[in-house]
Amino acid sequence: MNKIGLIIWREYLTRVRKKSFIIMTFLGPVLFAALIVLPGWLTQVEDREVQEIAVVEYDANNQPVPDSLQFFRDVVPDRENMKFIYLHNAVLPEILKTYEAANYDGVLFLPQSLISAGGRASVEFYYRKTPSMGMEEHISSSIEKFLFSNKLITKNISSEMIEALETNINLNRINWKNWPDKQADATDVKRGLGYVGGFLIYIFIFMYGAQVMRGVMEEKTSRIVEVIISSVTPFQLMMGKIIGIALIGLTQFVAWLILTVGISAAAQQIFLPATIAQVTQQPAPSDIMNSAADFEPTAPAATTGKAQAAEMFSDIRQQLGQVNIALVIGAFLFYFLGGYILYGALFAAIGAAVDNETDTQQFMLPITIPLILGLFVMINSFVNPMGKLAIWFSIIPLTSPIVMMARIPFEVPAIQILASAVLLILTFLATTWLAAKIYRTGILMYGKKVSYRELWKWMKY
Amino acid sequence: MYLFTASKIVKQFSDHLALDHVTINVPEGSIYGLLGPNGAGKTTLLRIINQITAPDEGELFFSGRTLNPGDLASIGYLPEERGLYKKMKVGEQALYLAQLKGMSKADAMVKLKHWFTKFEIQAWWNKKVEELSKGMQQKVQFVTTILHEPKLLIFDEPFSGFDPINASLLKNEILEMKKAGATIIFSTHDMGSVEELCDYITLINKSRTILEGGVHDIKMNNKSNLFEIGFTGDPARVYEKLDGHCQVVDRHAERASQYVKIKADKNVSANDMLSLVLPVAEVTSFNEVIPTMNEIFIKVVEAQNQR
Repeated sequence: MNKIGLIIWREYLTRVRKKSFIIMTFLGPVLFAALIVLPGWLTQVEDREVQEIAVVEYDANNQPVPDSLQFFRDVVPDRENMKFIYLHNAVLPEILKTYEAANYDGVLFLPQSLISAGGRASVEFYYRKTPSMGMEEHISSSIEKFLFSNKLITKNISSEMIEALETNINLNRINWKNWPDKQADATDVKRGLGYVGGFLIYIFIFMYGAQVMRGVMEEKTSRIVEVIISSVTPFQLMMGKIIGIALIGLTQFVAWLILTVGISAAAQQIFLPATIAQVTQQPAPSDIMNSAADFEPTAPAATTGKAQAAEMFSDIRQQLGQVNIALVIGAFLFYFLGGYILYGALFAAIGAAVDNETDTQQFMLPITIPLILGLFVMINSFVNPMGKLAIWFSIIPLTSPIVMMARIPFEVPAIQILASAVLLILTFLATTWLAAKIYRTGILMYGKKVSYRELWKWMKY
Repeated sequence: MYLFTASKIVKQFSDHLALDHVTINVPEGSIYGLLGPNGAGKTTLLRIINQITAPDEGELFFSGRTLNPGDLASIGYLPEERGLYKKMKVGEQALYLAQLKGMSKADAMVKLKHWFTKFEIQAWWNKKVEELSKGMQQKVQFVTTILHEPKLLIFDEPFSGFDPINASLLKNEILEMKKAGATIIFSTHDMGSVEELCDYITLINKSRTILEGGVHDIKMNNKSNLFEIGFTGDPARVYEKLDGHCQVVDRHAERASQYVKIKADKNVSANDMLSLVLPVAEVTSFNEVIPTMNEIFIKVVEAQNQR
């Protein structure tokens, strides 16, 4: 085995046998799923707490109204987490005075002058706890809707008529290119894939980049480095480490891929009773909605949830069929390796320049900023994958690994992919070259607090 | 014949000149000492020999031809800053380092078995380095340095980090390797070990060679006609006889014997002095005082620093 191969093998072997690697490999997909599910779940938990809101109504002369004259009664319907109590003959100042004692969480004040108000009108809402956006939306839209139909009723339009006025539009995205085949659109799955891919690259660069840095520091602080570089060149040692750790990353990625496919296959087995499985086995693209609709009336009430899940699964599977999976995986591997080597070399240079972990902070910042910027732009391109911002940041090499991943499931023009790939390769060659210079000098330098000026000098040696 | 030659080596770092036209010629099968105060440039020279850093000027020859990266397999280096991977197992690590020096795994395995048995450290094979004491780690480090049986061994301050037991083990091994035909270069401030081990030395101070040659020759060149005579008898008569031929530098009495240290005048030989003293006293010992390497080191370095 040649020397760089030996170094790669050692770096790989010592890490792949670590308990932390094995645990992370199995826990990774679970943690990742948790990262996606948890925020949604947390907001739900928060919302379960029921808020009681008192509603105070005044007549047109700004006087409290008795029960019989209440106009706004039940205007805002209750929700799972909000209860509206309609008071009669209530005097607003009297109610508000009881801030300490009252057990209302808020007071909504509705004067009858609203009925004739046009354009913009305001309603007062007194709160203890800042209302959630959902609550605000619920209250104002309920009132708006009520006033709207009320106005129509005064113009002698029947309530049936009003109901008929309402139409909800679902925009049905169809890829023009595929016409006349009106394939169900795969944008949601594409977005999901892009998001997961970009996010994984972001995490991998940080995780494995930091491992490179720590590995270099370990060799420096344990003083073995001079022994090693009397057998191999510093460049071989640095590249061996970077490549060895890249292989660890790829191993982890493949393990996660297999685990995820396995887990989702198992999940399908649980959610899909035999009958549904048959339906989804021939997913006729255009009537996927129909088949689910056909199925629902005959299904027992208890399996409706399962049926929905089944529909979701077959939907995802069918959408995945429209994505160029090979391209996505290929791009992932390329951008992971390219981005990782680019940043890994810089991490190695930092590890070589410092004596201990605390000194790394000052040099980490310039590396962290473009990575985080990439993450933000990725979230933006998730909304608009063909926007100018997304295009440019997917070509600029420092951010391209993350941003291009978010775009790649959509049809990115070949010229953009090519430009981004070539630039990435050139840049990682440049950073490894620079990093090697810093590395070479840094690993033999002890007990010296290094500044940026010093690094600049090392590059010129 | 020289196994290794470094000729007119210059190395400039951004803020100082580390080596200024330094030349060393290391005869095959010898032990070569590289001496000098801290910061003189010894480590830089050793790093250049190991091709860790490149010289700005000068040439390096190994076995009569220009030194090349392939020669690293024939060199064993124990740097001053040394250590091992703490989390790695001893045996695995030794195998890894041996393979980096170009040994095959099978060959390395056989030789490691031999050395581990010789040093009675077989039981550590599967232990992590961090579980070993410092002294134990030094033994492992030493084995990994010499395992590939290099023609040229380079030790940077080998005795400074080692405990006395390992240091003497190291000394014996160095002598044995010399017997087996290896050539050894080591840097040190420990003048005792220079006297014991070295055939040749180079003394570097402030980036320049200020003294070089065979240890014996250097001592002979630096002796200053000092003699010590031991005798029994009347000291006054002895001094009377010696007066006019030499100066008495020092004298003391020990039990029945008197000792006098004298610096002979230029044209007075050892025999002349003996014949002066013999009639008046019973001579019990007579020897020429040869300066120690330590004295020479201090003398030469201080002389250069004062200039």
